[in-house]
Amino acid sequence: MVGIASYGAYIPRHRLPLSAVGGRAAREGGPEKAVAWNDEDSVTMAVSAAVNCLRGLDRKCVDALYFASTSYAFREKQAAALVARALDLRRDLRCADFAGSLRAGTTALRAASDAVAAGSARCVLVVASDCRMGAPSSGLELRLGDGAAAFLVSDADVIAELDAAHALSDEIVDLWRGDGDAFVHSWEDRFVLQEGYVPRIVEAVQSLLEKSGTHVGDYAKVALYGPDQRSLATVARKLGVAADSLCDPLFGRLGNAGAAFAPLLLAAALEGAKPGEKLLVANYGDGADALAFTTTEKLLKLEPRRGVSWHLERRHPVANYDHYLKARGLQTAEWEAPAAPGLSATIHFRDRDNDISFIGQKCNACGAVQFPVQRVCESCFAKDDFEPYRLSDRDGRLVTYTFDYFFPTPEPPTVVGIVEIDGARVHMQLVNCPPEETKTGLPLEFEFRRIHQVGGRPNYYWKAAPRSSD
Amino acid sequence: MSRDGIRDKVAIVGVGCCRFGENWDQSPSDMIVDAAYEAYADAGIEDPQKQIDAVFTGSLYSQAGPHECADALKLFDKPVSMVSNYCATGTDAFRYGVMSLAAGMYDRVLVVGYDKPKDRGVSGPSVMMDGVRDLPKTPAGWFSLCAATYFEKYGAGREDLARIAVKNHHNGTLAPKSFLKREITVEDVLNARMISWPFGLYDCAAQTDGAAAVVITRSDLARHHRDDPVLVKAVTIRSGPNPQKDPGNDFLSWKPNGWAARDVYQQAGIADPRREIGVAQVHDCFSLTELLAYEDLGFCEKGSAKEHIAAGTFELGGDLPVNTDGGLKTFGHPTGATGVRMIYENTLQLQGRAGERQVANPKLALSHNLGGHPTACGIAISVSLNARSRTRSSPSRTTSAVTPPPAGSRSSGATERAAVLSEPALRLNDRSGCPEPREGLIYRGIGPPGGPPLFQEGVSIRDFRSRV
Repeated sequence: MVGIASYGAYIPRHRLPLSAVGGRAAREGGPEKAVAWNDEDSVTMAVSAAVNCLRGLDRKCVDALYFASTSYAFREKQAAALVARALDLRRDLRCADFAGSLRAGTTALRAASDAVAAGSARCVLVVASDCRMGAPSSGLELRLGDGAAAFLVSDADVIAELDAAHALSDEIVDLWRGDGDAFVHSWEDRFVLQEGYVPRIVEAVQSLLEKSGTHVGDYAKVALYGPDQRSLATVARKLGVAADSLCDPLFGRLGNAGAAFAPLLLAAALEGAKPGEKLLVANYGDGADALAFTTTEKLLKLEPRRGVSWHLERRHPVANYDHYLKARGLQTAEWEAPAAPGLSATIHFRDRDNDISFIGQKCNACGAVQFPVQRVCESCFAKDDFEPYRLSDRDGRLVTYTFDYFFPTPEPPTVVGIVEIDGARVHMQLVNCPPEETKTGLPLEFEFRRIHQVGGRPNYYWKAAPRSSD
Repeated sequence: MSRDGIRDKVAIVGVGCCRFGENWDQSPSDMIVDAAYEAYADAGIEDPQKQIDAVFTGSLYSQAGPHECADALKLFDKPVSMVSNYCATGTDAFRYGVMSLAAGMYDRVLVVGYDKPKDRGVSGPSVMMDGVRDLPKTPAGWFSLCAATYFEKYGAGREDLARIAVKNHHNGTLAPKSFLKREITVEDVLNARMISWPFGLYDCAAQTDGAAAVVITRSDLARHHRDDPVLVKAVTIRSGPNPQKDPGNDFLSWKPNGWAARDVYQQAGIADPRREIGVAQVHDCFSLTELLAYEDLGFCEKGSAKEHIAAGTFELGGDLPVNTDGGLKTFGHPTGATGVRMIYENTLQLQGRAGERQVANPKLALSHNLGGHPTACGIAISVSLNARSRTRSSPSRTTSAVTPPPAGSRSSGATERAAVLSEPALRLNDRSGCPEPREGLIYRGIGPPGGPPLFQEGVSIRDFRSRV
C-alpha cells in the first residue's frame, strides 16, 4: 500500500487585507491573502511545512526529498539540498527540484509514489511551496497568496492510500514568468479559462474516474485547484461535485498559493477526514493532474499536525501596504543593499551544519550543550570530544532581549535576544513576537528564515518564535 | 604572575588631544600631529625625532597601519607598532608602551590613539552583515542586552540611564575639546528616538573623529620633563567569554570588567576603590555601559547604582566623579583615540589642570574601556595613575597650553594655577585635622577657617562658586 503517511503545512502569518492593496486603508474583516514576509520565501516555508510533517517521526527514515515550486532564489543551485540540510536529513538522500509548473506539487507527489511503489525508496518527503508575485495593484496581486504543504509518501503507516492518478500535458501560454521576470503574467482571462483551466481539469478528473471505475459522488472530499471562485464553480458544476464535498478553496484567506495551492487543499482535506473516506485532488498547469486517495484507520493514530486550519488561525494583519511592498522588495528601501560579492561561500560551506541545520554540540566529558561547534569545551575545556546536537527542534527560553530599530526590516523594531536551548546560549532574532509580549523566560521554538540578502544571494539562518500551542 | 611589576616604573610626562568632532577638514595625520605636538610641548620635548625612542599607536579603522602615524610625525628609524583591540585599543596601546619602558627597552615612548570613523559616510555604527549569526550586529544591540535583565532584577529604568547621559552632557560643556556641548534634560533623553531599547539617541555615545597622545618615560627620567609627572600604578587587560554564548552570563554585568578591576586594584594596592580613587574615566559607549561599570569596578554595590546616580555620587561634585570631561558620550568614540583621551583627562585632573571641570584634589585616577561585542574578546582595561610632587611643579611648565583658562575668568590661567599649585596646594594636600575629605565639596576648598572657601585646586573662585 503506497500513500501519504504524514502531512504538514505552513502559511505565513502576515495577511495582506485585499482592501489595502494599492495603498488604500485596510478594512477589518474583509478578504485577505497570506504573504511571505521579508525573511520568508519558498525555501523557508518548505522547511517549516516539512518540520510540521515530520513531527514525531524519525527524520532518518527519509530516503528522498522532492521540492516543488515555481519560485526559488536560484536558477542554478538546488533548493531540495538546502531544505534537506535545514531539516538535517540523511546525507545519502536523493534530492530533486520539481519546477516550472503550477502542477509541480502533484507531479512530485506522483513521482514519490512511483518511487515507493517501485521499491527504490521507502519514504519520500514531498514539499510544495510557492511564493509568487503579481505586479503591485494588479488583479493577480489580489489573487496570489503564499504557502507550503509537505507530505511523507511511504508504504508504511499510510493514512491515505493513493488509489489512482491521471495526468495530461498540454502546451498553452496562459500564465508565465519569463527569465528574469519578477511578476506573473497572464494572457486574457477568458482564453485562459475557456481553453486551459476548465477543459483540462475536467478532462483529467473524468479520465481518473473512468480509469478507477469510480463516480464523483464516491468522493467525500474533492479538492480542486481554481484561479477564482467563479471558474472553480464552473468546473465543479461540469464534474457534478456536490457542494458539501467540494473543499473550501480558501479564497480571501490564503490566496492562490501556486504550486502549493492544490497540495494545501489536500492537506486541509486530510485534516478533516475520517478513516475510509475517498479524497480527490485535481491540479492545473500546462495540463492537469488528478489523484484519488482513500484514508485509512492510521489517520486516527497520527498525532495532531500543524496543518492548514492551525495556520489560518494565526494571523498578523499587515497594517500598511507600504510594509508589504518593503517586505517583498517592491519599494526602494531606506537602507542600501549590501554590496556584492556576498557572504564567503567557503564559510557558508564550513558552517552549514551550524547555520543551516542548526546543529550545536554536546560535550562528551561534561555534557554541556553549546553552539556553534567549537574545538574546546566552553564549560570543562575538554578538547575535540563532542557529539552533534540538533537545536532546531528543541525548546528554547528567552534569557534577555532588546528591540533593535536599525536592522533593516519592514516593521521595526527587530526583536533580538539571547536564547537558551538545553544550556546553550544563542544570540537570535525573534519572529511572531511583538515587543509588548516579549519577556524574559518566554518559551521559544525555532523557524528557518532568510536572515538577509547579500551579493544577490539570500542567506538563511534560524530565528526563535514564541512557542505555539498545537 | 608579578602583581606589582609595573607600579611606579613609568610616568606620564606629556599629554595632548585634538579637538574631537566631525573633523571633515582633517585627515588622520592632521589630528595625529595636533595631539602629538601638544604632548611634545607638554613634556618639553623639542626634538621628537631624537627624543622619542618608540611609538605605539592604536587605531581600529585605519587602513594604513602603523606607518600612518610614523609618516605623520616623521618618526623614522624607530619601532612603530599598531595595536587593535576593539574599544580598548587606545588603552591597550598605552599598556604596550608602559611595558616596553618597564622592560628597560626605551627611555621615552609616544603613545598615539586615533580614529576617523566619520570618513565612512554613516552617522553612527552601521549594521554589520558579515555573517548570518548574531544579527543585528550593532553595538547598541549588544550593549542593551543587559537592560531587560538588570531592570527586572534591580528595578532600575530608563530614567536612571538618562541621568547618566544628562551628567555627561553637562561635563562635556566644560571640556574645551569635547564634541557635544549642550546641556540636556532627562525628558530629552526619554523622548529621543529609539535606537535599540532601552537606548534612545541620547543613551548612545556620539560618533566622532579624534586623536590623543601621551609621552611616557621611565620614572627615573620623568623629572627631566616636568616636576609633576604622573606615575602609572597598574595596567591590565582581561578577556572574557563571548557574553552572548557564555552559559554562565547573568546579563547583570560584563565579566571582564570585574576581572580587570580585581587585577588592577591588586597591582596598585587599592583596597577600597570608591574611597581611594579620586576620579575615573569609564567606558560609556552607552548609558547602561557606564552604570554597569560603576558596579563592576567596585564603585558601588551591585544593584545600587541607581541610588548613587540619584544622589549624584558620580557627578563632578560627587564622591567619585566619573567621566569628568563628558566621556564617550560627548567626546564621541573614535575607537583608537578614546583610551588615550581618557588618560589625557585623568592626567589633567591629577595635575590640577582640568579647568572648570577640575575635581578637588584627586590622588588616584582610573580609566577603563570595555571592548568587543562585548563578545569573545570582551576587554576591560584599567589604568591607575597617581600624581606626585605636584607641589613642586613650576608655573612655567604647568601653564603649557593644555587647558585654556575658563572663559571670562578675571586673571590669567597662569596666575591661578601658580596660586593653586604652590603654597595653597600644600595646605590642600595636608588633610591633618580636616574632616574626611570626601564628605562634601566644601571641605575641599581652601580658605580661612569658618569662612567661605577661596580656592579649590585648579579652579578659580568663580568656577568653584558656580558649581556649589
